[in-house]
Amino acid sequence: MALIDKHKIIETNGTLLMVGALLVVTIGGIVEIAPLFYLENTIEDVEGVRPYSPLELTGREIYIREGCYVCHSQMIRPMRDEVERYGHYSLAAESKYDHPFQWGSKRTGPDLARVGGRYSDAWHVDHMTDPQSVVPESVMPKYGFLADRYIDAEYIQDLMSTHRIVGVPYTDEMIEVAQADFAAQADPDSDYDGLMARYPKAVVSNFDGQPGVTEMDALIAYLQMLGTLVDFSTFTPDASR
Amino acid sequence: MSKKDVETTGHSWDGIEELNNPLPRWWLMVFYACIIWAIAYSIAMPAWPGIKTATAGMLGWSTRAEVAKDIASFEEMNAGVNAELASADVTTIDVNSDLHNYGVNMGAAVFRANCSQCHGSGAAGNVGYPNLLDNDWLWGGTIDEVAYTIQHGVRNETDEARYSEMPKFGADELLEPAQIDQVVEYVLSMSGQDHDAAMATEGAVVFADNCAACHLEDGTGDLFQGAPNLTDAIWLYGGDRATIKETVTNARFGVMPAWGQRLSQAEVNAAALYVHQLGGGQ
Repeated sequence: MALIDKHKIIETNGTLLMVGALLVVTIGGIVEIAPLFYLENTIEDVEGVRPYSPLELTGREIYIREGCYVCHSQMIRPMRDEVERYGHYSLAAESKYDHPFQWGSKRTGPDLARVGGRYSDAWHVDHMTDPQSVVPESVMPKYGFLADRYIDAEYIQDLMSTHRIVGVPYTDEMIEVAQADFAAQADPDSDYDGLMARYPKAVVSNFDGQPGVTEMDALIAYLQMLGTLVDFSTFTPDASR
Repeated sequence: MSKKDVETTGHSWDGIEELNNPLPRWWLMVFYACIIWAIAYSIAMPAWPGIKTATAGMLGWSTRAEVAKDIASFEEMNAGVNAELASADVTTIDVNSDLHNYGVNMGAAVFRANCSQCHGSGAAGNVGYPNLLDNDWLWGGTIDEVAYTIQHGVRNETDEARYSEMPKFGADELLEPAQIDQVVEYVLSMSGQDHDAAMATEGAVVFADNCAACHLEDGTGDLFQGAPNLTDAIWLYGGDRATIKETVTNARFGVMPAWGQRLSQAEVNAAALYVHQLGGGQ
């Protein structure tokens, strides 16, 4: 027990104690956290996941700004009841381009991880404008003002560049034509072939049903793609992961 | 035990000395038991990171396998009756049979989770979302028509979806503003509401030329085109003068998702059975 008797040295030397504590925490961190970045069964390669289109990314910013994550999670847990209600459980890869992720921890409202395509655009407008008009028992606040706030993608290139810094693979081309893609996605009469090539499965629609691009358009564009990128009819996640 | 019987740690602060009492035996036992448990647990369950993968654990436990097993066990439990429901001709299921009873209850659960957000938890609908309790149908109220609508939806991106599109008579300048006012009066007259008789007479001509192809000459609608009956008091978007004018001017384009993409065939049939027995089924 000679080593243990030496604890007085650490206990009476503040700096040494701090260095020792840091050392212990570092080892713990390396063992617990670092493997998650390289282990094959934590980084699953999933076909279909792509970066957000400019309009969707803007909608995501609005989602964060309005604090939607406070009441809505985006994480279908691997449990039977959740899978039966919301659809296939969420895969880590599905939120790999989320900075920050929107998994959330509180469900006052339902989970939104697979809300894409579940409702019509018109329903989203009705629901956002007056949630109780379609779901009387809802306690969601009204977000109708989003339809009055026109946006022009002024900072979309900066936003995408920032996401690129943290690892989202936006190409130079994607950033260059971001403003055009932004407008094209909210206008079904536009030429959106390029947009679809860059962002497969993007939903092109005049989401809010009125001319111009509003925050409502962006938010619904984001909601309508949530959870739709992975085709579970052809992709079966490895059970051992 | 007096203080003198116990050794001190040698630490002394302002004359207060720290006694070197041994830890309580029960506490030590629990502590050692926890260490042994942790080692055993990390061997039994997925735990230690390696070069490429982590140890899978002796018990082979995995969250995904667990949920798959759970779902499979429930599916297996109902596999027989679900297969029967999925392959059954929904129009011929005996309403007094166990299969019908099972389907209605299953359909009620499917409805609450997937349909109530638009059609209401009591299926009474809402402005823009049809009431499923009455016997007024847009695309047909027989069980198989209801099942088709649930399966493929309305005006969505799929090829099999029910589709029709009312022209934007005002916005696309297909009718003069005066003609729109006239036809609105005529539609009001058809449903027995207060209207301007002279304008309605003019409107009848406009209606016959522009609207009758879908809504039929007598305005009773056409289930093949999802064209609503205009002669009753049931309105999807509203039957007052201003709302009808808005409908004629900018048209409506109600969308329903193709639920066959999310629900199994048994669930689609179950939802159809449920909706059909709500009161309006034909």
